[in-house]
Amino acid sequence: MNLDFLKNFSLKEEVLKRLITPEIDEAVAKTAKPVGSFGYDPWGYNENMAKVGMGVTKLLYDKYFRVTASGLENIPKTGRVLIIPNHSGQLPMDGVLIGYAIATNEHGPRAPRAMIERFFPTVPWLGNLLNGFGAVIGDPLNCERMLENDEAIIVFPEGVRGSGKLYKKRYQLQRFGNGFMHLAMAHNTPIIPCGVVGCEETMPAIANIKPLAKLLGIPYAPVAVPLPLPARVHLNFGEPMMFEGDLNNEEQVTERVEQVKDEIRKLIEKGLKERTSLY
Amino acid sequence: MAEKKTVLVTGAAGSLAKRVISRLHGKYHVVAVDFRQKVETDADIPSYKVEMFKRGFEDVFRNHKIDAVLHIGRIFAHESTRQNRYNANVLGSKHLFDLCRKYKVGQVLVHSTFYVYGASPYNPALLDEESPLKASDVTADLVDTVELESLAKIHMWRYPELNMTILRPCNVLGPGVRNSMSLLLSRPLAPVLMGFSPLMQFLHVDDMADAMFAAFEKNKPGIYNVAPDDWVAYQEAVQQCGCKRLPLASIPPVLPKLISTILNWNAFFPPYLINYFKYPVIIDGKLFRETFDWKPKRNLNDIFSYYRKNKLVTPKA
Repeated sequence: MNLDFLKNFSLKEEVLKRLITPEIDEAVAKTAKPVGSFGYDPWGYNENMAKVGMGVTKLLYDKYFRVTASGLENIPKTGRVLIIPNHSGQLPMDGVLIGYAIATNEHGPRAPRAMIERFFPTVPWLGNLLNGFGAVIGDPLNCERMLENDEAIIVFPEGVRGSGKLYKKRYQLQRFGNGFMHLAMAHNTPIIPCGVVGCEETMPAIANIKPLAKLLGIPYAPVAVPLPLPARVHLNFGEPMMFEGDLNNEEQVTERVEQVKDEIRKLIEKGLKERTSLY
Repeated sequence: MAEKKTVLVTGAAGSLAKRVISRLHGKYHVVAVDFRQKVETDADIPSYKVEMFKRGFEDVFRNHKIDAVLHIGRIFAHESTRQNRYNANVLGSKHLFDLCRKYKVGQVLVHSTFYVYGASPYNPALLDEESPLKASDVTADLVDTVELESLAKIHMWRYPELNMTILRPCNVLGPGVRNSMSLLLSRPLAPVLMGFSPLMQFLHVDDMADAMFAAFEKNKPGIYNVAPDDWVAYQEAVQQCGCKRLPLASIPPVLPKLISTILNWNAFFPPYLINYFKYPVIIDGKLFRETFDWKPKRNLNDIFSYYRKNKLVTPKA
């Protein structure tokens, strides 16, 4: 038997060749970010890693979660923008799918940024990986700098309250932090509300073992299926919302946050109506 | 013609100070001091071996009319015990600043480090000069470094006549540099934490010397980060320097610290710096670059190629 072909075989290269299709190469090239001499930007974004991330997400997006996205034309082609979705599904799958939808948007692709939970950098491999794809910890200073750079940023104002909630609370918006509204007003940034339907069903949790979570130093420890289920996901992006001016107190900021929440609720309703089957 | 100014340089035996002295030489009178050894310098540069926190140090100020001080000398953790380091870095610097006031020195430049910001998973990128200094949260071994800065800052605000400038450079590398990072990258085998490859910034020692010289000549008191506008992940830097990676288990966090302690890696991968190999500390050097119109002349590849050539290996494509 001739095994010569194995001599030049590299599993890594073979996998990469299959993952990074020419269209992904093109998509990353179209949305190039300013990077240093080794392809990194100061937040850890790396072009090569972004390509791998997109390659994997493409499979999840097209084949596994069979995502339907609408309203993508609402996302500005250039300039700063905050994308504000509801958060669900224990794992940050929703962020990954929204990111992919924005990066491959046929109306004008953007290289999105996602603000992630502060505990991710402490997880080996995952922290670096997420940074490489363009995600950064949700520190207001990071967000400010990126808005100044006119980036498109995904923020989940519910944080772990949203992603870690139990299945019985599905599609109920949890308390939103006000930070994103302050940033949007201070930096004159449009907000795109986004309703995510389907991620709740990827990992329905029946309970949260708080002592275990505390022991492991993670935000929550759900009793759920070990891997995400292949639920169909619907993403609905709403029209840009602008909020201007100085406000006198935090209450008024909260009122504006409620306006965004109302829009997201409508978009979730729309998604639920569109959905014909769960899986 | 105005008389030449006299500049006192501390830590004169170090590679950075030597380069700064050569830039000052001729244009200024230089006085060199170091606690380690009496530095061999050009004939007209007086040189002293003296410990700054001791009384005898004042003789340097009695014998020379010092106009400016470039305080470069700081003992690294691998060079001495915690107690000695505290004496030299904190008490020594306090003594130095007191003498500067007593002998009416008109300009003081302090060489600090980016380590003062501390490596934490919560750090945003591009820390500016106003970011909190969290290094002493991470480890008691960096207390002297943070303390030195606080002392300098107190003097900066309270005695503006000292014209105090504090520089916080990122990792400085290059020929002759003996800090932990340089010793680490000089080794054939460099420890890395599995699953962690934080972004880092590197500066060539010649560029740092240029930066110090520019800061001294332009004299614009304040606190400045000194760093290039370029970034690379640690594990990539290690490979670019021609090192093989030695992966260490990273969880639980005490494990790599334990390994480092047991194997006595204090010089190049000390237990108290482990977090800097885990989480990025990316500083924003914009203020310095714009204020002093300075830009590094050497890029990352120039820096790494020195370490690569020393090992006589070719880099991976």
